[in-house]
Amino acid sequence: MQFSDRYGSAPSAIARPTTDRSSEGTEMTTPSSGRRMDGGRALIKALEMEGVETIFGLPGGAILPVYDPIIDSPIRHILVRHEQGAGHMAEGFAHATGRPGVAMVTSGPAATNIVTPLCDAYMDSVPIVVITGQVPYAAIGTDAFQECDTTGITMPVTKHNFLISDAQDIPRIIREAFHIATTGRPGPVLVDVPKDIVDPKNPRSAMDWYWPEEVDLPGYRPVTAGDPEAIRRAAELILAAERPVIYAGGGILKARAAEVLRELAELTGIHVVTTLMARGAFPDDHPLALGMPGMHGNYTAVTSMQRSDLLIALGSRFDDRVTGKVPAFAPEAKIIHVDIDPAELGKVRRPDVGIAGDARLVIEALIEAIGELGGPSRQPDRRAWGEQIREWQQRYPLTYQPSEPGEALKPQFVLETLRDNTPDDCIVASGVGQHQMWTSQYWKFNHPYTWVNSGGLGTMGFAVPAAIGAKVGRPDRMVWAVDGDGCFQMTAQELVTAASERIPVKVAILNNAYLGMVRQWQEMFYEERYSEVYLSPDLPDYKMWAEAMGCIGMRVESPEEVLPAIEKANEIDDRPVVIEFRTDSREKVYPMVPAGLSNDEIIVDPAHGEGGH
Amino acid sequence: MNVAPDRGASAKHHILTVLVENKPGVLTRVAGLFARRGFNIYSLAVAPTEDDRFSRITIVVDVESAPLEQIIKQLDKLINVVKIDELAPGEAVERELLLATVAAPPEVRGQVIELVGVFEGRILSVGWRELTVSLEGSPSKLDDFEELIGNYGIVALQRTGRVALPKLERRTPDIEDPPA
Ligand SMILES: Cc1ncc(C[n+]2csc(CCOP(=O)(O)OP(=O)(O)O)c2C)c(N)n1
Repeated sequence: MQFSDRYGSAPSAIARPTTDRSSEGTEMTTPSSGRRMDGGRALIKALEMEGVETIFGLPGGAILPVYDPIIDSPIRHILVRHEQGAGHMAEGFAHATGRPGVAMVTSGPAATNIVTPLCDAYMDSVPIVVITGQVPYAAIGTDAFQECDTTGITMPVTKHNFLISDAQDIPRIIREAFHIATTGRPGPVLVDVPKDIVDPKNPRSAMDWYWPEEVDLPGYRPVTAGDPEAIRRAAELILAAERPVIYAGGGILKARAAEVLRELAELTGIHVVTTLMARGAFPDDHPLALGMPGMHGNYTAVTSMQRSDLLIALGSRFDDRVTGKVPAFAPEAKIIHVDIDPAELGKVRRPDVGIAGDARLVIEALIEAIGELGGPSRQPDRRAWGEQIREWQQRYPLTYQPSEPGEALKPQFVLETLRDNTPDDCIVASGVGQHQMWTSQYWKFNHPYTWVNSGGLGTMGFAVPAAIGAKVGRPDRMVWAVDGDGCFQMTAQELVTAASERIPVKVAILNNAYLGMVRQWQEMFYEERYSEVYLSPDLPDYKMWAEAMGCIGMRVESPEEVLPAIEKANEIDDRPVVIEFRTDSREKVYPMVPAGLSNDEIIVDPAHGEGGH
Repeated sequence: MNVAPDRGASAKHHILTVLVENKPGVLTRVAGLFARRGFNIYSLAVAPTEDDRFSRITIVVDVESAPLEQIIKQLDKLINVVKIDELAPGEAVERELLLATVAAPPEVRGQVIELVGVFEGRILSVGWRELTVSLEGSPSKLDDFEELIGNYGIVALQRTGRVALPKLERRTPDIEDPPA
């Protein structure tokens, strides 16, 4: 098994292929086995050794020698329609399975097309490995046809990248790439492959096959176990706090720590907020669940953090969308900050106790330390805090006004209906904008790895390809994408990929005829000057477009049609389905903390009356 | 890279010695990290070490300690960075090399030669009206020399950027220590 623990224990039902799936399995494992091979074969073989089952990609001249051996490989290749799609599919695959997603594309424009997913994966710590073709080694630097300094361009948006200069290095570098992508704080790794070193017609591509069982990276030592002394101090703070809140971030999911998080919350009775990246890391139907904090978080999640006296930040990074104005964020709170990446500790807010370590291991140790210190019976009486939280929840629930007869649909109503008529473990992917925030707010995430989303970069066009990748990784699950009309137009063509590869994802387009989130900002902060945000509800005709791409297309305009359309979509399992919901363009996402303001200045739905504070 | 007006050590002055793998692109990764955070590198020197798998980069930066802590942590995340030491100026031995071509017409040539001698520099090349000299030493010594020689007119100047290593610890033998 080549993956680190955290990925090895993925909940996926799919058995991981063992290293001997290649015919020459056993002899491959020693460096001295020395079978002559060309670099292209070696690269595909190395991917097989890493357990890769699926590659998302699109070929071209520079990468052709690596594409050629795919014909003889058990690896499934999914031919995308745009390289951005390949990258997001790899991400969706990784989000849903915890295993690294793999994309392979050619040089130049193909490599630049995949920069967006790389940056997206970098911001959200998603383990993907991207292979790019490159012009022959000797031509590098000559502005050869389709040359591009891919490693240079991607350096700031990858956890690491490699330019292979010698065919003999291929197995080692692939091994290192997967190791780096999946361990420590996960992230994207790129491997740039010059054509001559993989081209069997070129003597430079000759190599002696080997498989390195160990990686030798002297500068790479991810932390795992947290410092026991710091953990003890954290346990003491937890036992002393009167108004504690657990601030769970995406790191919980990366560390496979959802179960121990729940154990910790139940042991101590502490409420849990789950950030946009952590939705699903703690069940929304749990009495201690507070939902999403931040700019569009619910009132109780935001305000309980603001008023807390102890924030237990687990795998979260104090993103500005969560903190609002940093100096005004949770002013009375002491901070316990647990993160696998030591650079996150103190980056935004100095913790009282900072613990570098794997969230799962640290939480386990915390539970133990709490027990050793006398257990939860030593905690102060927190009934008043619990009461306060309940009062906020009752006073400021998420609300919206149902549409009047004949009016356009309310997006929240569509989402509630979708949520209530899909399996509890349905995977939902979203684009970026209002629909993303409503989905995060209104969905009930009761299982980890059911929410696939672009949080850090906020990439429009993420939903459709990411949903496809998720469905490829979890074919046993129902996968819905919730997309905006603006987002959909960025990557919709990947539904052609889904249709031709028989990947039956379902897409709900919330067509509000606007770049809705931008419109909301213009309405609130630019005096309703709607500059360049109108998209037209009828252009394109989404139903016809969907059908042209080989999907089933539906259009829904009235509340009565919502449920039947969803039910019909749920029954279709042999091709993708797209439902266009015509929604109210005037609808805004509430609550909202305007950018740069304090979380105390949260604006709640006008239906709650003046102000929220 | 800007040259700070104050060439000497300032209060915000930090020396980092960074041991990196000897691989292509590593310097770009390191320098890129500083650039991305808008930090100025004041001086930079890179060369292979005693072990040819590694190079050592000496970086002098002028920043407050808090952002520097973040830089160090981010540097540490680079896969090719093996080890980072921050040297307090007082705990480091620092050296730098300066090459300068200075105006030295016959009337003042003697004075220039004398100045070079006082600083224990060397004359590398003699021209009709100019001299090229070299001087090795601590960065502040080089600063002083540069200022004085500047009075005669500097035609060209190149400094290497400083290299540094920690000062060795001098453990005074403990009274109780048994004789060796
Ligand atoms: C690639 C990209 N371009 C621009 C933006 C800025 N942006 C954020 S949300 C948004 C509007 C999205 O509109 P739509 O997909 O219709 O979703 P809605 O907000 O209406 O739900 C835009 C333009 C972005 N996040 N990503």
